[in-house]
Amino acid sequence: MFDLDKWNEIYFALKKNKLRTFFTAFGVFWGIFMLVVMMGAGAGLYNGVTRDMGDMATNSMFMWTQTTTMPYKGFPRGRRYMFRNSDTEALKDNIPEIKYIAARLQGWGGEGSNNVIRGDRIGGFSIQGDYPDYNKIEPVNIIEGRFINDIDIGNQRKVAVIGIRVKDEMFNADEDPIGEYLQIRGVYFKVVGLFKSKKRDQQADRDNQQIILPFTTLQRVYNYGDVVGWYAITSQDDVPVSVVEEKAKTLMKKRHGIHPDDDRAIGSFNLQTEFKKMTNLFTGIDGLIWIVGIGTLFAGVIGVSNIMLIVVKERTKEIGIQRALGASPRNIISQIITESVFLTTFAGYFGLVVGVGLLELLNYIMVSTGAEGDMFANPTIDFHKAMTALVILVVSGAFAGWIPAKRAISIKPIDALRDEV
Amino acid sequence: MIRLEGIHKTYITGTNELHVLKGIDLHIEKGEMVSIMGSSGSGKSTLLNIIGILDNYDKGKYWLDGDLIGKMSETKAAQYRNRLIGFVFQSFNLISFKNAVENVALPLYYKKVSRKKRNKLALEYLDKLGLKEWATHLPNELSGGQKQRLAIARALIAEPKIILADEPTGALDSKTSLEMMDLFKEINDMGITVIIVTHERDIAAKTGKIIRLKDGIIDSIMDNGERKKWLADQVMA
Repeated sequence: MFDLDKWNEIYFALKKNKLRTFFTAFGVFWGIFMLVVMMGAGAGLYNGVTRDMGDMATNSMFMWTQTTTMPYKGFPRGRRYMFRNSDTEALKDNIPEIKYIAARLQGWGGEGSNNVIRGDRIGGFSIQGDYPDYNKIEPVNIIEGRFINDIDIGNQRKVAVIGIRVKDEMFNADEDPIGEYLQIRGVYFKVVGLFKSKKRDQQADRDNQQIILPFTTLQRVYNYGDVVGWYAITSQDDVPVSVVEEKAKTLMKKRHGIHPDDDRAIGSFNLQTEFKKMTNLFTGIDGLIWIVGIGTLFAGVIGVSNIMLIVVKERTKEIGIQRALGASPRNIISQIITESVFLTTFAGYFGLVVGVGLLELLNYIMVSTGAEGDMFANPTIDFHKAMTALVILVVSGAFAGWIPAKRAISIKPIDALRDEV
Repeated sequence: MIRLEGIHKTYITGTNELHVLKGIDLHIEKGEMVSIMGSSGSGKSTLLNIIGILDNYDKGKYWLDGDLIGKMSETKAAQYRNRLIGFVFQSFNLISFKNAVENVALPLYYKKVSRKKRNKLALEYLDKLGLKEWATHLPNELSGGQKQRLAIARALIAEPKIILADEPTGALDSKTSLEMMDLFKEINDMGITVIIVTHERDIAAKTGKIIRLKDGIIDSIMDNGERKKWLADQVMA
């Protein structure tokens, strides 16, 4: 492999016809370049779209009450019902596939009406009652302080975790909100945490203007009794959340006297299904990219193979001489394949570098100008894929050299040496 | 050294069959210097190619240095060529992008001799053939005689037992040709068997034995002593 004579020969063979070498190499260069840029663009699209979702657990589901649509057990249709604290316990006890379950409740007076007072500042924010586990299902960035904890829940403490926009509106820029009090619906709450959404754009804005109270506190302050607004649930890691969704709904139907076939009585949203649709879409895009990219690359490789055939033809006599002097077929094959692999790998590596460079430049420009949009962010190609591309290159280089090499050794030395060829 | 028994060779090109060698029996001893003559189409180059294991034969038997050379893989044939035979061609067949030293060292490359060692040896051989100062020149910077000397150095470097020369003087002027024959004589004196294919009488006259081919069979084998006598008889008559 690292044999000076062999490389010398390759050097001369490629140097002899520079323009031809350049165009052959360009075919491979372009193939890999396109593959890298397209993969980067695909990754950018993927990153852009999934970033909107923040770090939300993808195996999560949400479940809320609606009105029944079928009469059952003497109850009429069109009946309203509520989830209760006892439902939370029942779900925990009966469905072992549940990893985290967080009952949620919204306080009255969301956007629009003013419900929060601090000194002479007045604001309208949405008030959520949450369990600590909710931060494992749909996490937020805690900038300062802490999230709701179990003691808050147990003691029905009057504490609040506020979104960054709440802080902006209710506090001076230089004020530290932690330890300060906010009057919510006439009751004073101590601010213990400040958070920022991990999502983007409107979804982030909506989250950032929330005030999160301990679930039990909110139930009491708003006189909800033991009513639960809705559930956020994640499944155990090895269980599809749709299984949990099915079980939870069946259990709730039983507990609330709902007809087993009345699917519209309980509303639910399964993130995994949505996520899967999206993942499938991106798998499709990815597949398309590989097909087109490999196709382009293949065209380049065929170009190399073609040129190698011509090279073999040109060097027929030389090969004949070498064989008369004792070169074995293996020597000849390795010479031609090395040449072909060298050409493709060199050109391909160059394409890889230029492609990655372009992606980095694009990324740099997008980050520095803040032009990252909803649909496109961080267009990069991961190391693993780049390595795959390189392996494909080496293999295709060997492939491109194989046919010409076979041709070269199928010519008898005597035919190669004949002067009148 | 070389023993041929009833060698036949037919070339088939499309529907045409060309029966080139029609039963060659030939024995060449170690250390002989032999020339093969014949008009074009008589099969002399084919015979040389079979002896050099560049081509295979259809019928008969061929022993080279005691080994029966039958159907064998290209790899094996390459080993035999590398070990036993040095080739010299009419058109020199030097590799154009390699300089003189590299050309001479090439057979050793296939023997997997280290680069340093083979280049040292190649320089020695170039020196012997008076080409030392041309060591780093490319073949196209050399004259015809120099090129052929270079080719001979290349044929000799792997220390073969046989030198096969196919019209070695065909592209050279008569003065250089005679020099070349003197060189072959020297090589022969070293104990190497030399076989030269030629159609020039005065070249053949320099060898110890002349084998004449005609239409694929051996027409005559003449010792050079006998030939001189024969020539004298002709003059007398």
